[in-house]
Amino acid sequence: MQEPLDTDVAIVGAGVVGCAIARELSQFDLSVTLLEAGPDVGAGTSKANTALLHTGFDAKPGTLESRLVARGFELLSEYAERVGIPVEHTGALLVAWNEEQRAEFPGIVERAHANGYSEIAEIGVDELYSREPHLGPGAQGALEVPTEGLVCPFTTPLAYATEAVLAGCDLRRSTPVTGVARLEEGGFRLTTPGGALSARCLVNAAGLYSDGIDRMLGHQRFTVTPRRGELIVFDKLARPLVQHIVLAVPTKITKGVLIAPTVFGNVMLGPTAEDVERKDDTDSTAEGLAYLRAEGARIMPDLLEHEVTAVYAGLRAATEHVDYQLSVHAPEGYACVGGIRSTGLSASMAIAEHVRDELAEAGLRLEPRAAPPVEFTMPNIGERSQRAYERAELIDADRDYGRIVCFCERVTRGEIRDALDAPVAAVDLDGLRRRTRAHMGRCQGFFCGAEIAELLEGRG
Amino acid sequence: MSGPVVVIGAGPAGLAAAVELRRRGVTEVLVLEREVEPGGIPRHAQHQGFGLRDLRRPLSGPRYARRYAELATRAGAELRTETMVTGWPPGGPLELTGPHGREALEPAAVVLATGCRERPRSARLVPGSRPEGVLTTGTLQQLVYLKGLRPGTRALVVGAEHVSFSALLTLAHGGTRAMGMVTELPRHQTLGLFRAGAALRFRTPLWTHTAITRVHGRPRVEEVELTDLDSGAVRHVACDTVVFTADWIPDHELAVMAGLDIDPGTKGPAVDAALSTSRPGVFAAGNLLHGAETADVAALSGRHAAVSAAAFLANGQQWPDARVPIECEPPLRWIAPNAVVPGAGPPPRGRFALRSSDFASRPRVEIAQGGRTLWSGRVARLVPGRSASLPHAWTDEVDPRGEAVSVRLAGPG
Repeated sequence: MQEPLDTDVAIVGAGVVGCAIARELSQFDLSVTLLEAGPDVGAGTSKANTALLHTGFDAKPGTLESRLVARGFELLSEYAERVGIPVEHTGALLVAWNEEQRAEFPGIVERAHANGYSEIAEIGVDELYSREPHLGPGAQGALEVPTEGLVCPFTTPLAYATEAVLAGCDLRRSTPVTGVARLEEGGFRLTTPGGALSARCLVNAAGLYSDGIDRMLGHQRFTVTPRRGELIVFDKLARPLVQHIVLAVPTKITKGVLIAPTVFGNVMLGPTAEDVERKDDTDSTAEGLAYLRAEGARIMPDLLEHEVTAVYAGLRAATEHVDYQLSVHAPEGYACVGGIRSTGLSASMAIAEHVRDELAEAGLRLEPRAAPPVEFTMPNIGERSQRAYERAELIDADRDYGRIVCFCERVTRGEIRDALDAPVAAVDLDGLRRRTRAHMGRCQGFFCGAEIAELLEGRG
Repeated sequence: MSGPVVVIGAGPAGLAAAVELRRRGVTEVLVLEREVEPGGIPRHAQHQGFGLRDLRRPLSGPRYARRYAELATRAGAELRTETMVTGWPPGGPLELTGPHGREALEPAAVVLATGCRERPRSARLVPGSRPEGVLTTGTLQQLVYLKGLRPGTRALVVGAEHVSFSALLTLAHGGTRAMGMVTELPRHQTLGLFRAGAALRFRTPLWTHTAITRVHGRPRVEEVELTDLDSGAVRHVACDTVVFTADWIPDHELAVMAGLDIDPGTKGPAVDAALSTSRPGVFAAGNLLHGAETADVAALSGRHAAVSAAAFLANGQQWPDARVPIECEPPLRWIAPNAVVPGAGPPPRGRFALRSSDFASRPRVEIAQGGRTLWSGRVARLVPGRSASLPHAWTDEVDPRGEAVSVRLAGPG
């Protein structure tokens, strides 16, 4: 007789894509296990990117990526408002700095239309400078993409994981998958340091490591080459300088360096694009920072006068293919979700829908859960909505929401307590930072570092 | 306007200002402090030598901080801790947030004394990984002296100013070995005595004209890369802690939010000799004006601002409308105060403070307005990170409707 399997679906990787799939599947009467090698969800590629909510206007028409980014944009825009993920639709201005770049505009507009995005329009030089008065000299005009936006890269995977966990998903952090094998009677056996796990269906959302998991099952389809992007985050006092996402005209090689506000009220400059060898090489470099500063000095000279709050680097999971590497092996029940590059944050909910449908076709039974849908909202860490410290009624009900511990980012003791007690709780300083913004500001801990270390220590 | 005089920041400058305001008969003085305890940075600076210039007795940092808080309370000032000014629009009220809720205040006058902080690693654009174990002196002192935590086992100290040597003491107290100190400048910038003491006591090597060019390690620091700025030679130092010291910047967010003119050199609010800012009724004092000076100097600055604020209230709240800025030419970095207003009187301690980014031995300094020399003379040795003093009598010669006053090195001779 066949032994019962431990779980219906095992998802490898709790980045933004893995968490979105876990959330999607946890709405059905299924047991879902989400395995993450690192100490926290959303702590790899998902935490270090440009955090743009792409409309998909510039994707390659006809690709799966084009379709999923456009759909994901709609889904995440709505979901973010509903559960309290910081989101801002600032719009983007794609700026031409010479006639050659301006000559690309008709092609870019045509491509947007082919992607079903019709709101793109050209604006003249005077209009451009009246909208972005701090742009450097020499701009020739711009394309406006009015609905392009920003979304919180930290809260998004956390919201997905929170909803999944509240609906019964078994989240296992610090659990690397070291081996995968097929079971004779169907299903899969995953090896982890904490023991084996058998699953009927397997979803490979391992990002930078998705090619490795794919090979464990005998496939040779793609190789992930980490493409590093370095970014500089400027002080909040620079925020009034920039109103939109300022994009460059893309070339065959790169989308170029952009300047954009962040949902936390900073200004971001980047990214670089450089293929690296190691899948953990998130070091910033002297060359990368010098390049970004030179680009920044050209695009918005005033920005460079401001203090730098943070420098970081992330790795995109690039492959040799143009499109996402998404495939489901029916009736085996193995879904491979690879090659999700920088658009993964925007497309995440659509990727999850896609995987859901493909697994259903592969024979996974999707019955709605008997329990009512999960009701929850995420603590707001964005600047567009009221923060905890700004809410008098909240402070009156609980004094700890009036006790600001991190002064630069205005994070209260109550929010830190909540992050340490949350359904998907912070386990380290970086996790606390991504949940509350504590330690993320201009002083980088000069004032509050010891206090926060002590609050964490108390829970350790 | 009635209402209290509000002092923002209960460090040495703010507390000294509160004491002086009460002493001058201001009835209602409210001191706002965002930390749980008043006292400011001296709370976690364990070494001796506080209070020499202002309280006329040597104290340790924590005792000095407690003493000032007592003096302010005893003088009749109200101290409100855990209360942060979270908004202050130009022309608008102070918006406070604290455990007692949200509140708006319309003060009769404000003394802004929010202090300064050290630039962290990210602001200095040091490349590499982002591991745990990268601190500023401020965090280090709090970890060791306030929380009793051990910062690490082996540390590199970036900087060679007074505070960098203070970091050495803190590391020793916390049980962490200092593997070396590094400065991009050609020599250290503290007193010879401190340097000699540290060399004898800790045998810490000092690498001059050397930059920290990379931080390695994850999740914790494992090694740093240092580059000799002369030869380009690279040296690797194994350590699990890096302390970024000095490179002070005024904590000026509130000053900017309030619409105060900011001096491009100091990055603090521009002030005249009375410590008046560009906004009527708002005075600024202490290390907010220019980065770190010693606590007693900050306290005397606070006292000076309080005298001006009390006079402002007593004399019908007149505010000067003409200000002439004072500008520095490189290698001079800044001067404070940095604006001239007729009748403002002498600056705190009867002197202007001058900083340079280069060393210079007894240079001649020239102060001029529109080609007219107001003063010229020699000043004491210029050392980056330390202030030299300039006299103030020349301010009487400034044309209040004239162009900016310039301060420059007159060159050798």
